[in-house]
Amino acid sequence: MDNLTHNETMHDERHSDSLVAVQKLVNSCLQCGTCTGSCPNAFAMDKTPRQLWHMVHLGYTDVIFSSRTFTLCSTCYTCTLRCPRGLPLTEAMSALKQIAARENPKFYRRSVLFYKNFMESVRRHGRVNEAEFMTLYFAELKNPLVPFQFAPLGIKLMLKKKISVRFPSRGNRLLEPVFRKVEEMEPTS
Amino acid sequence: MKYQYYPGCSLEGTALEYQLSTRAVMEAAGHELVEIEDWTCCGASAAESLSYLLSLALPARILALAETTEKPADILVPCSACYLNLKKVEEKIKKEPGLLEKLNEILSESGLTLKGKVRVRHLLDVMANDVGAKTFKALVKKRLERFSFAPYYGCQCIRPYAVFDDPESPRSMEPLIEATGARIHKWAMGSKCCGASHINTDPEVSMELVRAILMAARGADAIVTVCPMCQMNLEAYQGKISKIGHEDLHIPVLYLSQVIGLSLGLQAREVRLDLNLSVTDTFCKALNTAVTPD
Repeated sequence: MDNLTHNETMHDERHSDSLVAVQKLVNSCLQCGTCTGSCPNAFAMDKTPRQLWHMVHLGYTDVIFSSRTFTLCSTCYTCTLRCPRGLPLTEAMSALKQIAARENPKFYRRSVLFYKNFMESVRRHGRVNEAEFMTLYFAELKNPLVPFQFAPLGIKLMLKKKISVRFPSRGNRLLEPVFRKVEEMEPTS
Repeated sequence: MKYQYYPGCSLEGTALEYQLSTRAVMEAAGHELVEIEDWTCCGASAAESLSYLLSLALPARILALAETTEKPADILVPCSACYLNLKKVEEKIKKEPGLLEKLNEILSESGLTLKGKVRVRHLLDVMANDVGAKTFKALVKKRLERFSFAPYYGCQCIRPYAVFDDPESPRSMEPLIEATGARIHKWAMGSKCCGASHINTDPEVSMELVRAILMAARGADAIVTVCPMCQMNLEAYQGKISKIGHEDLHIPVLYLSQVIGLSLGLQAREVRLDLNLSVTDTFCKALNTAVTPD
């Protein structure tokens, strides 16, 4: 802790508060590794799921949130299904994603922007409009190369009239009361 | 039977063929789908990555809407991601103390109340258990005898809630596919993950999962899916994945409702095979070889 700046220490404490809820979810983990053996994405993770739960136990927030492991959970629920302790591991992964979405570490920025712009489109229109939210997402990414990765698929879908160009607009706001109340009940910062 | 129908956002856009074929097949089997009025997004996989409460409040609104009808029928959901989001609320309000009250506090802002009285059903569950392979078999007008299909279930219609099938070795699609006269492509990838929305945020990881599935499907004439997300992941990146691995992994991917629809005598254009990204002319020509039963 000595070599951390004041800001980094504060950052860490905020993490610790939210981490308590995740610790409760995985409290009785045996460290058996069934989750790791079951995870289809473990090959791409820098820490295995089993190691991640160990870090959660120890409260090593800096290690947890500088690892990409939780961001690579694709919510397939295989670990949850097989955990001999019956722990809600997929839900615990999502809880880590929720903390990270608030703290926004650099490597997770692309995912957070994707999810946030998706929900922004839903908030405006009540339903997802793919073309609109991808436009919002690309605009915020500020990386002119990313849209080109999606262009071939986008064009194919447009030719089949599965998506249509729609410029961001205000929408019907059918879900505004839901979003507003959730923000009030679950403060995000 | 009558169902309250929740199509979800994908079925209005990128999965339009799933919507049209589902409606056609259910109608042919004599079932009525009544679309839930003013339905909104279930939160997809995005809400859960941002907020726990929001991820439950969005589907709760849909369940509450469904409860406003006099004798609420089961909610039929073809999209596996929507299905799980809705199912989660149905299950969690029974177990998590205080959750129902919390959700109702949110819903009251829109003048809605949730009691927890409706049942959420996946289209595959309804097709396999309410309609049944026998009923479909009796309605078959074109036997797809020369075809071998690889049933792909994905994750969210079978996990974590084992409602209608084995969550690791699912088989519920098999009698339905066999009812069309087609053979089952035996494989072990039917319940493996396709990477879901990671195809957008971590494409290289997701494409690795899709590659393993496409490789195991070799030898089949098509992969059959029951989820718009799986469908998109399995069919939209075949060219890219084939190029990276220097091997041809192209294969048609169809929704189960399209396969059943074809066997019930619907034309390719009626189940909208033209909207699939992976269906080839060769596949469509092969459909002409289907035999009319005596």
